[in-house]
Order: sequence, then C-alpha cells, then structure tokens
Amino acid sequence: MTQRDYSMTGADSMRAVHTGLAAAEWYHTDLPRKRMKELMKRADGPAIRDTVILFGAMIVLAGAGIALWPTLWSVPFWLGYGVLYGSAMDSRWHECGHGTAFKTRAFNDWLYQIASFCMMRNPHTWRWSHARHHTDTIIVGRDPEVVLMRPPALARVIANFFGLVDVWTAMVRMITNAAGHLTGDEAEFVPEREQPKVIRVARIWVLIYAAIIALSIVLGSILPLMVIGLPRLYGAWHHVMTGLLQHGGLAENVTDHRLNSRTVLMNPISRFIYWNMNYHVEHHMFPMVPYHRLPELHEEIKHDLPAPNRSITEALAEMWPALIRQLRDEDHFIERTLPDTAKPYRADLHATVPVGVPAE
Amino acid sequence: MPWIDACATDEIEQEDLVRFDHDGRTFAIYHSPDGEFFCTDGLCTHEQVHLADGLVMDYEIECPKHNATFDYRTGEAKRAPACVDLATYPTKVEGGRVLVEV
Ligand code: FES
Repeated sequence: MTQRDYSMTGADSMRAVHTGLAAAEWYHTDLPRKRMKELMKRADGPAIRDTVILFGAMIVLAGAGIALWPTLWSVPFWLGYGVLYGSAMDSRWHECGHGTAFKTRAFNDWLYQIASFCMMRNPHTWRWSHARHHTDTIIVGRDPEVVLMRPPALARVIANFFGLVDVWTAMVRMITNAAGHLTGDEAEFVPEREQPKVIRVARIWVLIYAAIIALSIVLGSILPLMVIGLPRLYGAWHHVMTGLLQHGGLAENVTDHRLNSRTVLMNPISRFIYWNMNYHVEHHMFPMVPYHRLPELHEEIKHDLPAPNRSITEALAEMWPALIRQLRDEDHFIERTLPDTAKPYRADLHATVPVGVPAE
Repeated sequence: MPWIDACATDEIEQEDLVRFDHDGRTFAIYHSPDGEFFCTDGLCTHEQVHLADGLVMDYEIECPKHNATFDYRTGEAKRAPACVDLATYPTKVEGGRVLVEV
C-alpha cells in the first residue's frame, strides 16, 4: 500500500515534479476550433438572469425567515436561504473566478467578491489554489484542493456537511492573514506581489464579522448571524455533496480528466445551485467554456467520455463503497469504462495507475 | 532583424489567432476585430501553455488553461493568474501575407 503525502512541500510534491506529472500535458477530446470558439463565446444574459433569481430568492427567503423569527415556521426559509448562501455561492465563486460566467469582466469580479465573502474564501488566495487545481488536478502533493485524500477522512467530510472544518480553517486563516501573515501552503502558491491583497481583504472581512457579532450582542439575538455568517454552516451540505462527487473515488496522479473527474446528470434545482458544474469532466477539459454552454459541450464530446452518472443518488452509490474500501486499501480507485467510440486511456501517460486492472 | 513570412492574412479569422513556429520559438499571430495583425510570444507567462487554443475577445487573448488575459497589442497581463506581460513583435502586411519581425 502506498502512503501519500498531500502537502504542497512534501515528498509526493517533489516526486510529481521529478516524474513530470506536475504541469503535464493533459488529454483533450478533439473538437474543431470553429465549434470550440462558439462554445467559448461569452454572454452576460444567462448569468444576469441567474443572479437576479439568486439574489431575489435570497431576499425573499431571508425576509420570510426574519419575519417569522424565532418561531419554527422560519426554519424552512432559513434552510432554503442557507443553501443559496452556503452552496450556490460556491459555484458562483468558482465560475466567476474563472471569469467565464459573464462577458463583462466587472460583473464577474463583483459576484466573485460577494461569493468569496459568503464562502469565507479569500478571493486572492483561492484564485491561485484553484489555478493549481486545474494545472495538477488530483496530483498528490500538487493539487491544494483535494477534498478526499486517501485514506479518506470521513469524519472530517461529514463535519463539513455543516461547514464545521472549513469554517474553522477559514477563520484561522482569516485572522492569520489579517495579522499580516500567510499560512505555509498559501505562501507556496500565492505569488509574493499578490500577498498584500490577501491581507487587505482579510482585514476588511474581520471588520465586517466583528460588526455582525457586535450587532448580535446589542440585539441579544443571533438573527444578524443567521443572515451573514451562519448560513455558511447550515447551508453548506449541497456544495459539499456535489463537491465530493467531482473527483471522489476516482484515479489520482493521471493526466486524463476522464479518469479523475465525474460528470453527473442532475435535477434542475441542483444544477442551478451548482451552476452546471455537474459537467465536471467537460469543465476540466475545457475550462474556457462558460457554465451555460456546458450541456452543449457535453453533447459534443460525450462519445469520448465515460457515461455520466444518471443522478446524484447513482453517483453517491458508485463513490461511497470506493471510499469505504480506500480506508483499508489506499490504492483502490474506480476506473470508469469508456464507450467504444472513445479514444482509449493512454497507459503510458498514467504510469502510476494500473490501467486495465480496474476496481471491481 | 529580418521580417519573416508567417502566414496568409486569410488564414486567420477576424477576432482569432493562429500559432506560428519559427527557429525553435513559438508565437501567436492575431487578427483583430478591426482587421489589424499583431504578434506575441506563443506561450502564456503563467505556466507556459500555448495561447493558440485561447479565446480572442476584442483586443484581449484569454489563456485556455486558467483564463489569464493579455492585451495582445501591448502584451500587458490584464488578469490573474498571469502577472508577467507577454513579449510583442512588430507585424506588417504585404501582398496578402503577414510578416513578423522576430
Ligand atoms: S497557463 Fe495561462 S493562465 Fe495559467
């Protein structure tokens, strides 16, 4: 069994650099440039519509929650508001971080700042970590966004359904940054000239949270925190669930997103919350394609991809047993079968993955 | 420096780019929305990914890997994760060909 070191400065990180796994050439499905250009084309319309719906729904739900506070009747409204705040903002953070959601850059940047605040992710730090996640997707020691390490820390994952670990870590980072320091891993992937921006945002956020906490104390009620801050805990479950499905149980240390990412067909509400990131293989292969064109991209290249899971339930049922087995067998993973129409996996590019010996 | 024949003007659609390799180096040649031609280094300054698969919008090229953008007229890095500007090279059009001075 292979012991893994997921830190950005450990033995696996160095090994990935030496073996050429870091910043490697990745597999892409062939697509004519003309079609690719159409799919990459930016527009403001879809994201403006979705943002109006999102903020409109948040105002209505929070308004109803406040009006009915503190009765139990307010609970369903908080649950709805929480998912929009603590989960839909994750996908807005993600898409706007790529700069693909809107055509107008300022719109991307505004929503990115708001979503980063809601998700408690420093907008400067996380831009860099996510760039690394795209360069070195699920390469051990290189990808700072591996959620399910092997063996999977299931207690941590379950706690994170309520944001417990993430929020605690975010608070520690925020206070560390506000005090003028970057944590070890942050210093590794955030370029020096960007580091003052990390610190400035952390200081502003500390002031905002201090004001919300002060208001709660003055009012003698947690109501202000129900609107800002706590939804990151009570509404996190949806983004954690979808996030686990992105790469959970699949291969590590490969350079083909078909082996390490999962596309899952989902109901329209989850797709709205997740902003179509259920087309995850497609997104990783072609990160320039905006979320609203991913269904078309999927249709275009599905002949070359493993069949998607047909529902969240089906995907969870595929992933969960693999995670349980990884508790005792860290080398276990699910190798997804390609259709006959696909170009085969290139075993020579995936030396660490015994392609052809799939998990049962 | 000599002018090098890079490609025909009609080989590049308007608001698009092509890759041009010469003498062991790689470049990107752009056809702007106004019909002008520009040339930059071919590799993104962030992680050396070729820009040829990127997206041209007005006067900017967006890198296909992490969506950094550059103004291809000046090479200026406009959006993270690129922090370093792209090198640019003079171009001219003669007899339906794009020439670059690299
Ligand atoms: S390689 Fe171009 S943005 Fe990262």
